[in-house]
Amino acid sequence: MKFVDEFRDPKLIRQAAQEIRRLANPDRHYRLMEVCGGHTHAIYRFALQDVLPPNIELVHGPGCPVCVLPMGRVDDGLSLARDHGVILAAFGDMMRVPGRTGSPLEHKARGADIRMVYSPLDALKLARENPDREVVFFAIGFETTAPSTALTLRAARQLGVRNFSVFCNHVTIIPAIRAILDSPDMRVEAFIGPGHVSTVIGCRAYEFICRDYGKPLVTSGFEPLDVLQSIVMILRQLEEGCARVENQYARVVPWEGNLPALRAMAEVFELRPFFEWRGLGFISQSALRIRDDYADWDAERRFSMPGVRVTDPKAAQCGEVLKGVLKPHQCKLFGRECTPEHPIGALMVSSEGACAAYYNYAMRKSDAVAV
Amino acid sequence: MQPPIRFHDAQIEMAHGAGGKATRRLIEGLIAPVLGGPLLDSLGDAAFLELGGARLAVTADSFVVRPLRFPGGSIGDLAVNGTVNDLAVAGAKPVALLVTLILEAGLSTEALEIELRAVAAAARQAGVSVVGGDTKVVEHGEADGMYITTAGIGIADIRVQCAAASVRPGDRIMLSGPIGDHGITILLARGELDLEADLCSDTRSVYPMIERLVERVGGGIRWMRDPTRGGVASALNELAADTRLGIVLWEDRIPVRDEVRGACELLGLEPLHIANEGQFLAVLAPEHADAAIDAVRSVRGGEGAVIIGEVREQPARTVLAASAYGGSRVVDMLVGDPLPRIC
Repeated sequence: MKFVDEFRDPKLIRQAAQEIRRLANPDRHYRLMEVCGGHTHAIYRFALQDVLPPNIELVHGPGCPVCVLPMGRVDDGLSLARDHGVILAAFGDMMRVPGRTGSPLEHKARGADIRMVYSPLDALKLARENPDREVVFFAIGFETTAPSTALTLRAARQLGVRNFSVFCNHVTIIPAIRAILDSPDMRVEAFIGPGHVSTVIGCRAYEFICRDYGKPLVTSGFEPLDVLQSIVMILRQLEEGCARVENQYARVVPWEGNLPALRAMAEVFELRPFFEWRGLGFISQSALRIRDDYADWDAERRFSMPGVRVTDPKAAQCGEVLKGVLKPHQCKLFGRECTPEHPIGALMVSSEGACAAYYNYAMRKSDAVAV
Repeated sequence: MQPPIRFHDAQIEMAHGAGGKATRRLIEGLIAPVLGGPLLDSLGDAAFLELGGARLAVTADSFVVRPLRFPGGSIGDLAVNGTVNDLAVAGAKPVALLVTLILEAGLSTEALEIELRAVAAAARQAGVSVVGGDTKVVEHGEADGMYITTAGIGIADIRVQCAAASVRPGDRIMLSGPIGDHGITILLARGELDLEADLCSDTRSVYPMIERLVERVGGGIRWMRDPTRGGVASALNELAADTRLGIVLWEDRIPVRDEVRGACELLGLEPLHIANEGQFLAVLAPEHADAAIDAVRSVRGGEGAVIIGEVREQPARTVLAASAYGGSRVVDMLVGDPLPRIC
């Protein structure tokens, strides 16, 4: 399969791993953060830690949109389906995320009309097919998904679809990276930069990380060879003692980003003064809301929602895992109270969540003999 | 005394029908404790009864697939082949079927006739007779066109002694052909995704392949299963749990068509979790593996049979997929239900 097989070539993977072993200083411990949950998933799915030397530690970052959404926002979204009788359309990733009174899937089983969609345009289609119902799209995601929500809102206005609105929970990656860099327990030497987010925002936005914090960042693709090559590029920078933004994923990521997508976002969204992130707390200017021009399609203005802050269960250490301070299995609940089937924290739900990735692909492997 | 009820979920959700972890929990935690007896407790694909000197296999399966028709087959084909295959992998020759129809008022006679003809044709093909059944009708809106339940009766083949308890480290795992065709076909047939692929359901009777396999290496077969809902991963995880052994799959040897791989890559699905309706897994004593592969490949439709892995002592109760470059990952049972009502 094109664009897949060549990046999973066992021979090339072994060569890249060898190059990493050659470059890594055995007297040094490297902590590299992959910002994006897609990378976390790829690292576990392809068992990349197995081919890396033990002194290269991959630290999982906050780039999982479902994981960073605080429980109160999940409850708000569910209240739309429960109290206002709307058709709530959400990405599949959201369906098992626990709210205080159960997940979207549990609400659906009790009769709430919650539908899984693969694109916000499918939610708009639902609205046009059900003119006598209100349809709300539960929008989540970083800059990767925000442009498609923006285009959907544009289409809703152009088509004059009045029974459609968006519950906007889009967040932006840069403030989250800055929050991690400013966090006192932060001990990361370099970043494997997000791939899909960068297709939209480009690479320039990361330059402050190198300039102000002296850390290299390499935007990376999601195949095994992509990630390994990015690590090679990072190790070369660390060896040279420099810090700059490099683009490993140039086959997809334009340095300047995707200008039409950025324009669509700017037309529809504006920054919120602040937004709560699970684990990271309130971060200023870190999320998007819908502009006044599109107020008629803004679910937050059309429906009253509880808007209650809900703290995560005390024992759950999602925040520490999100910041890369703890590894998934170091959380007290991991694999016992909290499993993919009965998730307590969202990190156990999303395929991009570090806990789910670790649980699905790596747990129990410690018993494994060499295969 | 009956075993204690260990099912604590407050309500039934779609995942309980997906063939993965939740299904197993429901069956082992509630259904078997309440209904169980010595014959139910083995929870195989079919139960065996000794009646008047004959050893009979019985099984039942219900079909709620949506849409009713899809490339490569329809609910009528599935209803026959699914039950026939449960008998075949239990080591029995399928003989007869009971067919129960639950019809929704408003279903067109034409659609019903098409499915009845599909049942008849699939039964003929599989060499089984339809010997009875039942018909019920529910109000419009209470069933999605039609549901079918089939019960199957087969005659145990004395040359086969399949049991998880006979599986040993070193045994080989054989798969009859490419995986995921059925699940991805259904997903695409629903038309909810703007995806198209040249792909058909693999629905068919696997009995001809198993018949040849038994003729050649009967005693060398330790365990068989048709990996339907929950896919190869769920079937092998059940085996790992039942035997307390480990299973290692060689990832690059698992046959998956490009169309299935492509759809899985796009949608974030794992081919090992996708349902099949015309494949089977067999665990073989290592000395019989080559002959077994030859036997299955000699049957039309079995040309793709391949050894995909082996049983190991460690890691206990776990399925691992090993890559060609030296990494390995755990392959868990299906959690949740990415593709509801697949059969």
